[in-house]
Amino acid sequence: MTTTPVLQRRDFLKTAATGSAVLLIGFHLPTSAFADSSEDQEKKPVNPFNAWVRIAPDNQVTLILGKSEMGQGIMTALPMILAEELCLDWSKIKIDQAPTNPKIYDLGTGGSGSVAGSWTPLRQAGAAAREMLITAAAQRWNVLRDTCKAQDGGVLHGARKQFFTYGELAPDAAKLPIPDFHTVPLKSSADFTIVGHDQQSVVARKKSTGAAKFGIDARPANLQYAVIARCPVFGGKVAKFDATKAKAVPGVRDVFAIDAVAMGAFTAGGVVVIADNSWAAMQGRKALAITWDEGPHAAESSASLHQQFIDNAAKPGKVVRNDGDADAALAAAPKKLESVYEIPFAAHACMEPMNCTVHIRPDGAEAWIPTQAPQWAQDVIAQVSGLKPESVIVHTTLMGGGFGRRYQADFAVEAAQVAKAVGKPVMVLWTREDDMQHDFYRPAAYHRLQGAVDPQGALLAWKHFQTSTSIAAVWEKNGLEKPEQSEFGTAAFIPYRTPNFRVEYTLAQSGVPRAWWRSVEHSGCGFVVESFVDELAHAAGADPVAFRLKLLGDPRIIPDFFGPTENKPLNSARLEGVLKLAAEKAGWGTPLPKGVAHGIATYYSFESYTAAVAEVSVKDGQVNVQRIVYAVDCGRPINPEGVTAQVESAAIYGLSAFMNDAITINKGRVEQSNFNDYEMPRINQSPKIEVHIVRSTEDPTGIGEPGLPVIAPAVCNAVFALTNKRLRRLPIQPADLA
Amino acid sequence: MAITFVLNGNSQSIDVSPDMPLLWVLRDILNMTGTKFGCGMALCGACTVHINGEASRSCITPISTVAGKNITTIEGLSLDGTHPVQQAWVAEDVPQCGYCQSGQIMSAVALLAKKTNPTDADIDDAMSGNICRCGTYQRIRKAIHRAAAASPAKTNSAA
Ligand code: FES
Ligand code: FES
Repeated sequence: MTTTPVLQRRDFLKTAATGSAVLLIGFHLPTSAFADSSEDQEKKPVNPFNAWVRIAPDNQVTLILGKSEMGQGIMTALPMILAEELCLDWSKIKIDQAPTNPKIYDLGTGGSGSVAGSWTPLRQAGAAAREMLITAAAQRWNVLRDTCKAQDGGVLHGARKQFFTYGELAPDAAKLPIPDFHTVPLKSSADFTIVGHDQQSVVARKKSTGAAKFGIDARPANLQYAVIARCPVFGGKVAKFDATKAKAVPGVRDVFAIDAVAMGAFTAGGVVVIADNSWAAMQGRKALAITWDEGPHAAESSASLHQQFIDNAAKPGKVVRNDGDADAALAAAPKKLESVYEIPFAAHACMEPMNCTVHIRPDGAEAWIPTQAPQWAQDVIAQVSGLKPESVIVHTTLMGGGFGRRYQADFAVEAAQVAKAVGKPVMVLWTREDDMQHDFYRPAAYHRLQGAVDPQGALLAWKHFQTSTSIAAVWEKNGLEKPEQSEFGTAAFIPYRTPNFRVEYTLAQSGVPRAWWRSVEHSGCGFVVESFVDELAHAAGADPVAFRLKLLGDPRIIPDFFGPTENKPLNSARLEGVLKLAAEKAGWGTPLPKGVAHGIATYYSFESYTAAVAEVSVKDGQVNVQRIVYAVDCGRPINPEGVTAQVESAAIYGLSAFMNDAITINKGRVEQSNFNDYEMPRINQSPKIEVHIVRSTEDPTGIGEPGLPVIAPAVCNAVFALTNKRLRRLPIQPADLA
Repeated sequence: MAITFVLNGNSQSIDVSPDMPLLWVLRDILNMTGTKFGCGMALCGACTVHINGEASRSCITPISTVAGKNITTIEGLSLDGTHPVQQAWVAEDVPQCGYCQSGQIMSAVALLAKKTNPTDADIDDAMSGNICRCGTYQRIRKAIHRAAAASPAKTNSAA
């Protein structure tokens, strides 16, 4: 992907008046979920345009946007939507990265929102272009507009069998007024020929030949390579260092220290080694002698955090939600359950380690960054360099995974600090160990669930206490008053009916950086809620599917507790739909071979509905997940094949959380370092995954993340069905199965 | 002292520290960035290349040990992405982020050179050294079977 040369604002505001031969239509794609929390961004005015459709006389149709591709397939799905309204072969649409414009709010990719948020505006933009091109053609032929229609990248006049390509019409169309987006006629979904049909990813070939360029592949002329020795203890800093031996390593050019900074992005600072190649830089770093000032968190450990959780749980938490009187209902109930679940920190472990390449000159800067938030990166490079943001050109490269990690700007801040000192293009490369030990982790959390059911299977009470190392407490202005807002999600508006529903939260203190990890709060809460519902089903002697269906009850609309006006409500009928579909497709209730069991879970996240049945066997204390059957409802699937791929991916990521993902802390530092002690699922552990997509006509919603939260509970519920052992800690601990 | 080897069919001479891993010679000295860095410890397979036809982890292969050997990287598999394994990868839409896929393909090609019609167990054996954080394993398996079915005779390394 290339970065479009700087677009002047006047170019797209007044295409006609400038006499441009190019048809250019600017429109606005809504901000992504995470961008809202960045203080710097909130101060900026919302610009009406952050995406453009461009049709040139050479017939090239280009979609210019500020979204990043990290494997989630938006570079396929978004042009498909545009092509549908424009009536042309979607694969002919070129996608250019919008230049990061500091005056425009939001260029970010996160929160599974890219396709969801782009659906309507992209259709409107495509339809507006189409209508303008049809008008231009009718005027040229001097015929009635309704004798003309858009087809195959041009306009056809039926009676005379005449055809103009869009390129031929672009100069005339550019002189016409842009139709009102709200009234422009959109295609009827019955006429869709692209949307809803399987398409192959556009970049599959480049990614199969080594030609795809990721951030780590940036090779501007005269590139220098850097690694940084960061304090292994979070919050620590360099006390002193001796670079004599490091400087003696062949290829090492320079060694210097940089400070830790907190510019919204938090960096560790450290000692930088500059060299002619990555290897020399790493060797130089090994030869450094550094004394660290370990700072205030040097005594933190996973054990101390666990103790803090227990202490917090001994006291009531802050009341987040309180319907009815859960305590009284629990006290009065003849049959009640109480369970504690615990989840550790987890690292993202993107396959491409963090890296960032920056060249700062006196008059401007250029950067190559695998980032989900290019504008934030541009901001921090400007701040560090003292340049104006508009003098900083950011190339958003392909990303070897994002999963929320690449929404941070820490790696850009460091690279800017280094580049400023070096004055040449420099890549700051993170080794796997750096990446593992200086991540922003999924929060560690402790949940206590209490519930009671009556003999008919009605849920008398549900009480959920959580204490965790909140994300909001790190990132948001009001995070210390409302740390719970990033930690419950759907768990604060569960779809299971109960008159007595209480949610409490206590913030736990930790020096470990936290942030968004694939599916964010839903990864932990999905596990907890769907495991505990299963516990209640068993306590009630009910079938887990029938039990859930009964608690869902008659269809109803449940507002999002944390975003009742901004977010769509949960529609329990759609949840019921995926629950039933997954159960049916998996053969729920039909006898399985001996030693094999099914477990089920269903969850609502990112405005999408998922259910999964896990088919599991256990041998010699090893859980073997053989098959996962999903049903997903993410509104209208744009590219069903792409939806399937995303759900398959989330399944493996979720399996990783079940099997392996645990970052533990000792003496203030991360104990894991590489894939030997932070293991990943491998192909031999990969189950057969089936994805059944509900053919909904609702607007599309997120799908990069919603497949994840159901995996751990579905698997654990299957393990319980098989062994009577309830797994309440992630990842799975051999002791819990013994 | 210069070290000479054959890289994707051409003789290549390089004068670097003898303990520098092949991975960094490829990526930083020759600017051949198709071979990826993932772990540096032979744990992930992202850096897989063929050395005399064997799938090898270039991140732990000192350049001195490849003197006189025949090396194939992802760039040397085919001129235009038409190697049967690459075609199968595209047909099954395997890549997501794509970062691991050079290594996956190199491991798959080496497997198919030895076993023209691998079983699922063969695939597990040959491919479990390659991590895919995007979880494309099911598609990798399908693509290997597809490549085997498409062209059992032609799946040898280009080297
Ligand atoms: S980089 Fe060589 S195996 Fe991971
Ligand atoms: S495709 Fe992303 S790591 Fe494999």
